[in-house]
Amino acid sequence: MKSFAHKDIIALRDLTKEEIELLISTAENMREINNREIKKVPTLRGRTIINLFYEASTRTRTSFEIAGKRLSADTVNITPSSSSSTKGETLADTALNLLAMKPDIIVMRHAVSGSHYFLSKKMPNCSIINAGDGTHEHPSQGLLDMLTMKDRFGKLDGLKVAIVGDITHSRVARSNIQGLTKLGSHIFVAGPPTMVPPGVERLGNVTSCATMKEAIQDADVVMMLRIQQERQGKTLMPNTREYSRYFGLNPDNLKFAKPDAMVMHPGPINRGVEMSSYVVDGDQSHILKQVENGVAVRMAMLYHVCGGELE
Amino acid sequence: MSDESTVILDGTGIRRALTRIAHEILEKNKGIENLSLVGIRTGGVYLAHELAKRLEEIEGGKIPVGEVDITLYRDDFKGQGLHLPVGKTHIPFAVEGNRVILFDDVLFTGRTIRAAMDAIMDHGRPACIQLAVLIDRGHRELPIRADFVGRNVPTSIKESIAVRFDEDHAPIEVVLEK
Repeated sequence: MKSFAHKDIIALRDLTKEEIELLISTAENMREINNREIKKVPTLRGRTIINLFYEASTRTRTSFEIAGKRLSADTVNITPSSSSSTKGETLADTALNLLAMKPDIIVMRHAVSGSHYFLSKKMPNCSIINAGDGTHEHPSQGLLDMLTMKDRFGKLDGLKVAIVGDITHSRVARSNIQGLTKLGSHIFVAGPPTMVPPGVERLGNVTSCATMKEAIQDADVVMMLRIQQERQGKTLMPNTREYSRYFGLNPDNLKFAKPDAMVMHPGPINRGVEMSSYVVDGDQSHILKQVENGVAVRMAMLYHVCGGELE
Repeated sequence: MSDESTVILDGTGIRRALTRIAHEILEKNKGIENLSLVGIRTGGVYLAHELAKRLEEIEGGKIPVGEVDITLYRDDFKGQGLHLPVGKTHIPFAVEGNRVILFDDVLFTGRTIRAAMDAIMDHGRPACIQLAVLIDRGHRELPIRADFVGRNVPTSIKESIAVRFDEDHAPIEVVLEK
C-alpha cells in the first residue's frame, strides 16, 4: 500500500517521486470536496493547525486556512504584526510556547531559508509544513503547479517547462525544479545574469538559457516569476522597464512557445513588468486554475502529514 | 490467498443474486423513478454498475450510478493512521430528494456504511437511503441493517470474505478464507 511516512513537508527535495505522485493524486481526489455544497469532510476533526506567517501572504495563508477548515481541523493564524516576534521573541521561544498549546501541525512562512528544519527538531510531536522559507523552497506552490500541469497534459514526463525571471531569489523556482525533475520534465531557466545563480543546472534537469526566447522556444509551459524587490538589493537590474523589455512575457514572444502552451505565475503579478495584461488575462493563462488547485494540494499535504509516523 | 478458502458463491450465483435484488428494489420502490445507485469503492462500485444494467433491462430508462470513497470519513484514524490513499468520490447527479440505493460488496461491522451515509449526506439530503449488499457476514458494531441482501453468510470474526472481479470488473466469485 502506498503510504507517506514523513512528519513534515519542508522541501520537495526531501520527497521521492512516488511520494510527490501520491500527494498529487490525493489532491486530485480532494478537489471534489471543493465543488460541493457542503465543502467539508470530518477527517481532521479535533486537530489543531497553527498558521505562523512571518512574511506577508494572502493566497498561501488563506489557502492553507481554507484547506484546514475543509478537513474539519481548527486553524489559528498568527501574523508577525500581532505576535510577540515584534517584541523580540526568538523563533525557538515562539516554538516552545506554541508547543505548550499542543498543535498538531504548524504551517510556517519565514524569511530565513531552512528555519523549518530548526523548528522541526524543536517539535518532535508536531508536523511542520513549509509555506515558503527565504529563497529555499515553497513545496505547496511546486505541487500545485505540477497538479495544474498534469490537469492539462495528463503527465509531467517529457514536458518542456520554461521558468523566467528572478531564479536566484525564487523558492517557487527551486520547488518546481526539484519536483519536476523527479517527475521527468526538463526545465529551461532564463533571467538577467544577476538573477540566475551559477550552477543552477546542478539542482536538477535544468538548462540555463542566455535569452528568454531560447528558454521559451517550443515550451509546453511558460512559468513567469515575480521580481522580488523585497529580497534583492537595488543593483540587480537597471529598472523595471528594461527588465520588462528583455524578460517580460507578451503576446509577441509567447508565440515562440508551443501554440497551446500554458502560461503560469505563482502570484502576486506585477502587471506590465514580468507579464503583459494581455497574457495574464489571455486564453493560455492558467493562473487562477493554479490558485484553485492550491486548496486541494494543501488539503492533501495536511492529510498526509497527519498520517506520517512520528519518530 | 490462504490455504483454506472456499467458494461460497460462483459467478452464476452472483448474477442470480443481483437479478433478484434488482426485482426487490423495483418492487419496494415501485419502479426506477427518482432512483439512483451509489457504490462504495471499489467492489461496491463494480456491483452497482452490474445492478444498474439489470434494473435498466427490466424497467427500461436510465439509472445514474455514483461512487463514494469513504477514506476521509473513517472513524479509525488512530488505529490506521491516515496512511490510506484517498480514492475518488464521484456523484454525477443531485442527491437532493433522490432515492439512493447504497451498494457495498460485503456488510460486516457497519462502520463503512455509516461513513458512506455521512459522505452522501454531505452532497445533499436524499429522500431516502436504502442499503443493498452482496454478502452479509454479520458481526455488526453499529445499528445498521441491509434492505437487500444477496446472501447471508454466518462467519467467524477471524475469517475474511473477498469478492473477486475480472479485468472488466465483472464479478467472478465470492471466497471465504479461514
